[in-house]
Amino acid sequence: MTALPPSAELPSAELSIETRGLSKRFGRQMAVDGVDLAVPRGSVFGFLGPNGSGKTTTIRIMLGLAAASSGSVRVLGEEMPRQLRTVLPRVGALVEGPAFYPFLSGAANLLRFDAADPEAPAGTRRARVRTALERVGLAHAADKKVRAYSLGMKQRLGIANALLAPRELLVLDEPTNGLDPQGTREVRHLVRSLAADGATVFVSSHLLAEVEQICTHAAIMSAGRLVAQGPLAELRQAGQSRVRLLTPDAGAAARVMAGLGLTPDGGGISNGGSAGTWGEVLYAPLPAGSAAGAPSPEELVAALVAADVRVRGFAVEQGSLEDRFVELTGEGFDVAQ
Amino acid sequence: MPGLRLLGSELGVLFRRRRTWAMLLALAAIPVLIAVAVRLSSAVPPGRGPAFLDRISQNGLFAGVTAMLVAVPLFLPLTIGVVAGDTVAGEAGLGTLRYLLAAPAGRGRLLVVKFAGAVVFAVAAPFTVALVGAGIGAALFPVGPVTLLSGDSIGAAEALARLLLIAAYLAVSLVGLSAIGLFMSTLTDVPVGAMAATVVFAVVSQVADALPQLEWLHPWLFTHRWLDFADLLRQPIVWDSFAANALLQGGYLAVFGALAYARFTTKDVLS
Repeated sequence: MTALPPSAELPSAELSIETRGLSKRFGRQMAVDGVDLAVPRGSVFGFLGPNGSGKTTTIRIMLGLAAASSGSVRVLGEEMPRQLRTVLPRVGALVEGPAFYPFLSGAANLLRFDAADPEAPAGTRRARVRTALERVGLAHAADKKVRAYSLGMKQRLGIANALLAPRELLVLDEPTNGLDPQGTREVRHLVRSLAADGATVFVSSHLLAEVEQICTHAAIMSAGRLVAQGPLAELRQAGQSRVRLLTPDAGAAARVMAGLGLTPDGGGISNGGSAGTWGEVLYAPLPAGSAAGAPSPEELVAALVAADVRVRGFAVEQGSLEDRFVELTGEGFDVAQ
Repeated sequence: MPGLRLLGSELGVLFRRRRTWAMLLALAAIPVLIAVAVRLSSAVPPGRGPAFLDRISQNGLFAGVTAMLVAVPLFLPLTIGVVAGDTVAGEAGLGTLRYLLAAPAGRGRLLVVKFAGAVVFAVAAPFTVALVGAGIGAALFPVGPVTLLSGDSIGAAEALARLLLIAAYLAVSLVGLSAIGLFMSTLTDVPVGAMAATVVFAVVSQVADALPQLEWLHPWLFTHRWLDFADLLRQPIVWDSFAANALLQGGYLAVFGALAYARFTTKDVLS
C-alpha cells in the first residue's frame, strides 16, 4: 500500500490526535491494525473508509471507551486513556450516532450528559444547554420528549451535546447522518465556524463529497489499516490523472492508445451511458509523472488525429479523492447527496 | 460536588421514568388489595392466609405488615431486579453509556452513582408498601394499641415506627440483591437479560434456603434472613437479626460490588 508518511512529521505538540501503532483485536480479527494517525491542531480532518474499516473502533479507543490491544494514543498532547479525566472535558464527541433517553426532553438529556462532566460548571449549565440547542436549531423542540424527535433532530441534538462546553477538539462520527440537504449544509457551516474558532474537528464520514467540501486534511482507512493521510490537496494529487476522449471512432482510438502503452477503459455503459450523438467516451489512466515511454497528452492527440480518429472532445482529468479512495481500498464509495 | 450532582441527575432519570412509578404503584396495590379484600369479607379465620391477615380488621396497621410479608419473596425482588439489572445494561442498551463515559463521568464514579440510585429505589419500594399499607389500613379499620410478640402493648404511634423499622429492615435486605443486579448489569448490553438473571438469583436462593439438604449453605444465602424481622416486634427491640442481616448484605455488597467494579472499569464499551 502507498501509505503516505504521517503528515510531514509534525512535532507532537502540533497534533491534536496522534496514534502510534494503534491496534485492536477482536478475537482473531484485527479491527484496527497498526494505525499511525496524525491530526494537526486546527485542522478539519476527514476520517474516511468503507463500513467496517475500523473508523469507529479507532474513535472509541481515542475516547477511552475501548482499550487498545497495542500501540499508544495521545489526544490534545496527553496520553489516553491515562489522562482521560483532564482530556475528555476538552473534547466534544458524537460517536456512532446519537443516543438519548427517549422519555426525557431534549434539554433534559443535555442537562444529564453535562452533569456527568465533573469539569462543567453547574451554574451555567442551563444557559449552556440553551445556547447549544440554539446553535443546532433545536431551541423550539427543547422541551419535547426525544421519543418524538425525528432522526435528523436526534442527530442535531447529538451535535448539540458535543458543543455543551468550549471544546479544543470535536470528534464527529458521521455528523450528517439522517439530515436533509438543508441540515447537511448547516452542519458544514457549523464545522467551518468551529474550525474558525480554533477547534480541531475530526469528522469521520462515508460521504466523500462532504469531506472534500469541508476538510483540510484526510485519512483513509481500509480493512483496519490506514492507507493514506495528509493534506487534502496532496491526497488528490497523489491520485492518478486520466484522459477523457470523445470520439465516434472508439475502436480505432483504442488501438492507437494501446499502441502508445495506455490501457483505455471501454466507453459506453460502464462509464455511464456516454454513447451519444457525438460518439463514445473513452478513458485512459495517464501514467504518473514522466514514466519512461509515456506519451504526453498532446502527443496522444497528435497520434489520434494522425490515425484519422475524429477527436470531438479531449480532456485531462485530475484524479478526484474518490478515484484515490477506490484505488487505495479497491472498494466503491457511497457518494450520495 | 460533581458526584452528588451526578447522583441527583441519576435519581431524576430514575424517577422521571414511568416504569419506576408503575412498579411503585404495583407495590402500593398489594396492601390496598389486601385491606379491601379483608374489609369486604365477613371474617378472616385465624391461621389461614398470610401471617397477621386475621388481625387487620382489629388494627389497620397490620395491613402494612401483611403486605410486606407478601411482597418479600417475589414482588420486591422483581422490582429490584428491574432497577438494579437496568443500571449499566440499560445505559448500554440505549447507547447513552458511551456519552456518559465520554463526558467523562468516570467509570468508578458512574458505577457508584448507579448503585446508589438502585439503593434509593430499594429503600423507596418497601417504604411504599409500608406507608400505603398503614394509610389504607387506617382508612378502613380502627387503629389502636398493638400487642407485640413479647406480650407488651405499644401505642399506635410507636407501632407505626415499628412498621417503618420493618421497611428499613427490608431495604437493607435488598442491598445484596441490588449489588448482584449491578454486577449482572455490567455483563451485558441487554437490560432484560440482567434483570431476569437478578430475579433468578433471588428465586434460586430462596429455593435453596427451603431445602434441608443444603442446610450448610443457608447462613450464606442473601435471602436467608429476609423474613427475620420478628425481633423488631419485641419489647425491647432485639437488634441481633438486624445486625446479622446487615452483615450478610454487606458481604454480598463487598463481593458483587468488587466484581462489578473489576468488570466495568476494564470492559470495552462497544454499545
